[in-house]
Amino acid sequence: MNKLFNTSPNLSRRSFIVATSAAGLSVGVLNACAPSEKPVDYSQLPPNPEVNAWVHIHHDDTVTVRIARSEMGQGTVTGLSQLVAEELGCDWDKVTFEFPTPGENQRRDRVWGSFSTGGSSGIRRSHQYVREGGAAARMMLTEAAANQWDVPVSECTVEKGVISHKGSRKSARFGELVVAASKLMPPTEFKLKDSKDWIISGKSKQRLDTADKLTGALKYASDLTFPGMLNASIKDCPILGGTLKSFDASVPEAMPGVKKVLQIDNAVVVVADTWWQANSALEATPIEWDGGKLASYSSDEINALLDDGLEASETFTGNKGGDVDAAMKAAAKTIEATYNFPTQNHATMEPMNATALWTPEKCEVWCPTQNGEAALRETVTASGHPIEKCDVYKTILGGGFGRRGMSDYVGQAVKIAKEMQGKHIKLQWSREEDMLHGFYHPITKCKLKGGLDVDGNITALDIKISGQSILAALMPQALVEGADYATFQGLLPAGLSDRLEDQTLKYSFPNFHIHHAMRNPPIRPGFWRGVNLNQNTLYLESFLDEMAHAAGEDALDFRLAMLKDEPKMAAVLKAAADKGGWGSNDGKHRGLANIYGFGSYVAACAEVSINNDGTVKINKITAATDPGHAVNPQQIAAQVEGSFVYGLSAMLFGEITYKDGQPEQRNFDTYNSMRIKDMPKVETIVMPSGGFWGGVGEPTIAVAAPAVVNAIFSATGKRVRKFPINNRDLRV
Amino acid sequence: MIKLNVNGKKLDFDGDENTPLLWALREQLGLTGTKYGCGIAECGACTVHIDGQAVRSCVYPIAALEGSEEITTIEGLSKDGSHPVQQAWTELDIPQCGYCQAGMIMAVSALLKENPNATDQDIDDTITNICRCGTFARVRKGIHLAKKKA
Repeated sequence: MNKLFNTSPNLSRRSFIVATSAAGLSVGVLNACAPSEKPVDYSQLPPNPEVNAWVHIHHDDTVTVRIARSEMGQGTVTGLSQLVAEELGCDWDKVTFEFPTPGENQRRDRVWGSFSTGGSSGIRRSHQYVREGGAAARMMLTEAAANQWDVPVSECTVEKGVISHKGSRKSARFGELVVAASKLMPPTEFKLKDSKDWIISGKSKQRLDTADKLTGALKYASDLTFPGMLNASIKDCPILGGTLKSFDASVPEAMPGVKKVLQIDNAVVVVADTWWQANSALEATPIEWDGGKLASYSSDEINALLDDGLEASETFTGNKGGDVDAAMKAAAKTIEATYNFPTQNHATMEPMNATALWTPEKCEVWCPTQNGEAALRETVTASGHPIEKCDVYKTILGGGFGRRGMSDYVGQAVKIAKEMQGKHIKLQWSREEDMLHGFYHPITKCKLKGGLDVDGNITALDIKISGQSILAALMPQALVEGADYATFQGLLPAGLSDRLEDQTLKYSFPNFHIHHAMRNPPIRPGFWRGVNLNQNTLYLESFLDEMAHAAGEDALDFRLAMLKDEPKMAAVLKAAADKGGWGSNDGKHRGLANIYGFGSYVAACAEVSINNDGTVKINKITAATDPGHAVNPQQIAAQVEGSFVYGLSAMLFGEITYKDGQPEQRNFDTYNSMRIKDMPKVETIVMPSGGFWGGVGEPTIAVAAPAVVNAIFSATGKRVRKFPINNRDLRV
Repeated sequence: MIKLNVNGKKLDFDGDENTPLLWALREQLGLTGTKYGCGIAECGACTVHIDGQAVRSCVYPIAALEGSEEITTIEGLSKDGSHPVQQAWTELDIPQCGYCQAGMIMAVSALLKENPNATDQDIDDTITNICRCGTFARVRKGIHLAKKKA
């Protein structure tokens, strides 16, 4: 198990730091016995073995659920624990959790499956096997009890961690049965609970990881210390494709606390006693970069590249139907508009960091990662050690948003540690380094053309996206004959592949063509919370609003007419519109948007007003979500609320521009993010229709901006097509 | 050697006086609840109290302290997480990733000490901390709930 969490004696109910191997030494402080019984000193007993990979139950009935996915605020740890606890039949008040290490996963033949945490997939791509893990543990515990009592398993019942046999009036606690249960053959067939019988899942349980976040007790990776640990700050070449030419190490070497000045690839690194010393010395270091071919590259060139794509005749087709050219020619009315969506940084609150220890015998890393197994692979590569000699210990992340699916900072920490053998090295990026070395949201523009018949029905729609492909840069093997289907997220036809089924278009258009002119500027793109759904929904839902207006139709009715075959999509749109006051004659200005993304149906109704200076005031957003099964409704609401902040921060402020081959924005003073004053009231409608498992961490981001932009049109008669809005006077 | 009064304890700081309070707390005094987010007083993750006032410690050098000031960090806000703001935060399950929340809680607790009846407008004017997970809707509710608990 994760050594990091085995060092703490904290066994409080709300702490996740309950440790498996240390538990036998310390659970005596807890006492789950009935008051009439004599307290048992569990510390005298050897620790219980695990029941199976997912479930460890201590003598005192505390249940530790193993969570392979990363926790970065999205609540997956609590949701997955609920699913396991539901099938296990334990007392929810005795549930805590821990992270197995990717090294242990490797040694155990990947018993926990994938550690990758992205694409709103934590629950929707692991619910089956984690529930089976909980069910298997319950079945083994029950069989152990039945064997002890010599009664049929079928006559035993389980409730809140107690197994009972009515006929013989016998009962036993889970904690007492673990040793016997762990020796039984695991079952291979499971009957999982019907969601209508859920008592833990489907309920608005409090998160398991809140308490230590309120007192400063929770250790994020950047908070870790080890005896003799040294701290490192890094400056990698900020220029696209540039290299390190030279640096004068004598300056930092003369500064207090500095232990070593290093070159790692094209980066300068200062290692010192404290990070403040390391970073101050790095700031003072004279460094010359060789800018190379892109030394004068700027956003003007990116814009020209994307504009070229907008006019291209050769494109990749993502989805089409009918004959759009003929329909456009025959249309009674056509409209056209061009939108843009800028480069954006993830800007997690905790900048990138990792702590590494390299010795000739092993390499260990402590880091906030969304993909423990990728971090382990990076550790293996950078350390030169075989995988058996490496491991990665995950912490809770100070934000992820897709950035921490990449392991660049892990490799850097390991390489530094290899130069400083036997010492724990904590590499902490400055915010400036974090802004300069992102895996940025891809930049695109989009030209949309629509045709209407005399009755105001859509007869033709052409959506041409120009710009950057994430897969071309990060996973070229995933391209299909050069095309990046992920670029069309939310706009694809059904039936392409299982993996793309959650990215399909729900509207029915008679004649349409959705295509992509791939234009890749030399910026490193990445998966940014919501990914390509964000801009695609902004393009589609804003333009449909334009078409509804051009047709003289109500924007809700206009959409519903194209969703006749998609009752779930129509239902969330209607719910958001109804609760959001759509159609009220109250002088307020509203806008709508809906999309199917990450396996969930979402919609939003925004209500805005315009301030005296022409800036937008977002008063209220009503959001509806149908994720199929809703494992923890209050945490779904939290994700919806947070999605508006992420999506609206991007709409209002989020933009990285380039000058002299490097990002111009270096910190939150130039890369702004919403504050509480910008936050609208949010009303969340969680309307699970059952039968499927959708994600909730991302889809709502996509409807945030178009709902607001459509409301701005209602308020001003002006279409916002250029993003971010910043503090533009929207009346002009 | 400089004497600091942190969370009611007299602590010796033996380092460069230009060190920002944030890094003295985190690296010399072992109080890692106060977070580094930007280093330019923009995000508020590093907020602590100096004599009851919310201060962004990432730009506050040790040299600016006389030593007698009462410095309070998240670790010293209450002994057991029972400050009204912490109680409200628990009840509404406010943190997501939680990294900004120590600073958020310190900013809010300073506001409510100064202004126990803080209005929405007061909140908008005073609480300028960045939260990228987007807890603002619950933070606002939490502030109003904490007012009732105080």
